[in-house]
Amino acid sequence: MLKRTPLYEAHQRAGGKLIEFGGWEMPVQYTSITDEHQTVRNAAGVFDISHMGEVFVSGIAAELFLNETLTNDVRKLAPGQGQYTLMCNERGGVVDDLYCYRLAATEYLLIINASRIADDVAWLERQLAASAHCDGLIMKNASDTMAAVALQGPTVRSFVDNCLSGGMPSNLTKNSIGRFEFGQTPVWIGCTGYTGEDGFEIIAPSEQIVGIWDALIAAGAKPCGLGARDTLRTEMCYPLYGHELDENTTPIEAGVGFFVVLDKGDFIGRDVLVEQKAKGVTKRCIAFKMTDKSAPPRPGYAIFSEGQKVGQVVSGTQSPSLNVGIGLGYVPPALAKAGTGIQIEIRGKLFAAAVVAKPIYRKPV
Amino acid sequence: MSNVPGDLKYAKSHEWVRVEGDVATIGITDHAQQELTDIVFCEVPAKGRALKAGDAAAVVESVKTASDIYAPVSGEVVEANAALADNPALVNQDPFGAGWFFKVKLSAPADLDSLMNAEAYSAQISGH
Repeated sequence: MLKRTPLYEAHQRAGGKLIEFGGWEMPVQYTSITDEHQTVRNAAGVFDISHMGEVFVSGIAAELFLNETLTNDVRKLAPGQGQYTLMCNERGGVVDDLYCYRLAATEYLLIINASRIADDVAWLERQLAASAHCDGLIMKNASDTMAAVALQGPTVRSFVDNCLSGGMPSNLTKNSIGRFEFGQTPVWIGCTGYTGEDGFEIIAPSEQIVGIWDALIAAGAKPCGLGARDTLRTEMCYPLYGHELDENTTPIEAGVGFFVVLDKGDFIGRDVLVEQKAKGVTKRCIAFKMTDKSAPPRPGYAIFSEGQKVGQVVSGTQSPSLNVGIGLGYVPPALAKAGTGIQIEIRGKLFAAAVVAKPIYRKPV
Repeated sequence: MSNVPGDLKYAKSHEWVRVEGDVATIGITDHAQQELTDIVFCEVPAKGRALKAGDAAAVVESVKTASDIYAPVSGEVVEANAALADNPALVNQDPFGAGWFFKVKLSAPADLDSLMNAEAYSAQISGH
């Protein structure tokens, strides 16, 4: 039995094509993936992200506990700020990538991947129980009672203030989070996104989310599905757990070492990451563009160099913005430099591609 | 709602066939292109290739998925639509006309009897 978000009926009414994603029944598209992708790049789109998880961590020791458990440095966060971060196991492999918001001096909100909620909560509970700082630490998994939508696109700031009250979300700067209201109910709004465009993620009690969705659509946001979410984030080279990241891949290998602060003190997986930073890695995540005319690259396709299979595509699609096949994949470090020629095996034949710098898509100035 | 021209034959897997003499033109239906939405790539069979009814003959790719197109009838490929290489969107715009995929010279005309007429295909897709 697939899980449904509170917006399930809204998706049906909007003509959403529903598919299975990580145990959830979610809209892959409403009109077309290309259409929705372009809407987010040029105007305003809204995504249902209610399937994602919300975990609150609070207590005087929350900062210490989170800094031992996550790779980025939460001491950088003043109340009202958030950061992208990762949670590693003892081998440096990624348990999940997530956003960590500091709501108040001793209260944090973690936004975690839908497919990892059970694993993350079990992991956090285990770490908490074993932590020297567990006294007074409270962890609450609110995923079942909270919902969220992502409002993304260059025009969102022009109307978001009309949809919510208790302040002006349009005043939020990148990575900030604030408390606002929908009707009389408090909601959290973070200035972040997974698309490369300006935007907000609105986190609210489940009962409010349909009203918030309807208000955003009435104000001009177009419903957008998981298909466009994937093409947008692939163009930006943002990782998707299960593709670029998994329990056997480290943040260094994935190219997100920027979000690993080795000198903040000890954290789970630190030893392995220190060694990788010093000695190097055996695989690196690259972005690539097809240079031969070809079908789009897809996850699982082999990457070849000089006649040998050297790696694998983990994400791939036809880029709606650039009209060329693009993807992300893992190769030996020697092949990871931008400009390196590689080949992608598509249905038994090899097609030329080139490693490119990230992000693959840059907004035209 | 999708278009189902009355003069064509249809396969369960959403291919259509137009027969003129002993040459069959094959493409995918309006229903199929609506399901796929934006088609970004088409792969057509080589001229001279011998196909049996049911063989995977061509490929159509949308942003999200790659789908096989099956030969509804047996025969040798006599022509493939070169326009699809540069303009795969033709399949979305004109699935029964300019968006055709390939033509075969029928080797077993009895294959046509296994296909559906417009009425039966319409019933199949509305049963969804």
